[in-house]
Amino acid sequence: MIQMHDIVKKYVMGEEEIYALDHVSFQVKPGEFVAITGPSGSGKSTLMNIIGCLDIADEGEYRLNGQKVDSYTERDLARIRNRHIGFIFQGFNLLPKLDALENVELPMIYQNVPHAQRRQRAEEALERVGLKGRMRHKPQEMSGGQQQRCAIARALAVKPSLILADEPTGNLDQKTGQEILALFDELNAQGNTIVLITHDEHVAARARRQIRIEDGRIMEPSGGSV
Amino acid sequence: MIIQSIKMAFKSIAGNKMRSFLTVLGVVIGVMAIVMLVAVAQGANSSVASSIEGLGTNLLTVSVRSTRYNPLSMEKLDELQQDASIAYVAPMLTTSGTAKAGVTTYTEGSIQGTTPEYAQIRNLTVATGRFLSQPDMDNRSKVVVLGSEAAQELFGTTRAVGETFTISGYTFTVVGVLESEGDSSTGSGDTQIILPFTLAERIFSQKGITSFYVSAASADEVTAAQTATTDYLDVLFDGDSDRYNVFNQTSMLETLNEATATLTMMLGGIAAISLLVGGIGIMNIMLVSVSERTREIGIRKAIGAARSNILSQFLIEALAVSLLGGLLGLVLAWGGLLILGPVLDMTLTISPQIALLAIGFSVFIGVVFGIYPANKASKLRPIEALRYEG
Repeated sequence: MIQMHDIVKKYVMGEEEIYALDHVSFQVKPGEFVAITGPSGSGKSTLMNIIGCLDIADEGEYRLNGQKVDSYTERDLARIRNRHIGFIFQGFNLLPKLDALENVELPMIYQNVPHAQRRQRAEEALERVGLKGRMRHKPQEMSGGQQQRCAIARALAVKPSLILADEPTGNLDQKTGQEILALFDELNAQGNTIVLITHDEHVAARARRQIRIEDGRIMEPSGGSV
Repeated sequence: MIIQSIKMAFKSIAGNKMRSFLTVLGVVIGVMAIVMLVAVAQGANSSVASSIEGLGTNLLTVSVRSTRYNPLSMEKLDELQQDASIAYVAPMLTTSGTAKAGVTTYTEGSIQGTTPEYAQIRNLTVATGRFLSQPDMDNRSKVVVLGSEAAQELFGTTRAVGETFTISGYTFTVVGVLESEGDSSTGSGDTQIILPFTLAERIFSQKGITSFYVSAASADEVTAAQTATTDYLDVLFDGDSDRYNVFNQTSMLETLNEATATLTMMLGGIAAISLLVGGIGIMNIMLVSVSERTREIGIRKAIGAARSNILSQFLIEALAVSLLGGLLGLVLAWGGLLILGPVLDMTLTISPQIALLAIGFSVFIGVVFGIYPANKASKLRPIEALRYEG
């Protein structure tokens, strides 16, 4: 699913070059539930941006679904994000002026899915995360947990190859966070590949495998081949 | 995709009603100004043009610069009238003065000394009584024919035949009252006080003819009549062509059209500036909107919107605002002209060309001033846009 080989991402700070990612290599197989952990500033956000095709590595090779990503144009990257990756963010990132249903439909609009089919898939996805009764609610009319469920539905609706979650429980209280994580477990059990980025050990513990990153290097590649 | 972009654009416009209204207003005022000013300029043109045409299409107007010696006399005009292409010639002596009938005074009258031919040249119809006749000329009779308004003002009725009044101490008898012509922008024909040319010459102590009308035998012979008149005057004035001027309706209309074209351009140009200001308003609001919606753009890009999606979304938004403004401006201008027309006593219409031009121009404004903000939005990098807290 994800194959990373010697990925390097550098930032220039004045005269100095800082390696945000220093020759990172790892793999994620289809159906896995992997947590990428590390303290803030460790490079995990940079890694997530590269996995999520929001950014391109300076060196190394990244294959998503067997396809090389590094040579893509901006338009191709947008397409990959659209069709293959379901993002779930810490801040939910729903559009405040759209209701739950419209938010979930949004990525499918960019896929040119016909209206009726779009609506049906969005309804299914919302039902799946337990928001059947909230379809016409705007984000500010929903609790944090409901908003995150809505964001998960938005990610699910496009049937992505990979669900990429960045601190999905960071803005939620303990109990709601647990509910969301339980939902992740359930989705993984249904065959979805999930990569979860977090600094929280307890959250990371829910994943089948952990990849720990510090100072741009992978510390304990456990399980899977490197 | 386009339909979706349009839906999104309208959602965003509707989501910020006050701001959208003010932005649209800039374009509305611009388009309204262009359409209305141009319509008024064209309306003025066509009302002047129709009153010129109302003079008769086979009419020539001749003016002569008066010097100490003026060889032009009634006899010369009779000679000119012999030309085959010319139907009638009538001298014209115009002055103003106060007419008094008992205690009533009338100062607005246009006092005109002319000959019986004038009635044929100008298609004047006598409502009651008669027009001037040849014996009136020969005898220098103190008789007048009044325009309907002049009669009404002096005697309180248009049945004024037989009444008398005075001008400069001379007493005149009314022998006829003309039918009302209605107002025209060149001045009303209803204020005329027409008296025999030979009498006017003497009373107002003017020697020689300084202005006269020629009517061609038919509309096709206007050019021939003009040539005949010019040739005749050329001989009369010894080739000094500066001393006389022969106008025909066509050249007057041409001059008028040139003048109104310049006027239209100028008014349209001034109005276009206000549309330009409206366009800058659109750009300003779109730029504010882009920075306000940075996060939204980031989200859209993260979930798969390509640059072209964002670009078209913002561009369509700008276009929708300007097009809405253009259409609204057109409708308001139409309403405004419906009210203004009767007030100015003009036929004010929106020509399809002007309507298209105004709409086209407002779309153009939308694209020109929308493209920069839209491009700026589409170039935002998703990671940075997502991080933006605004």
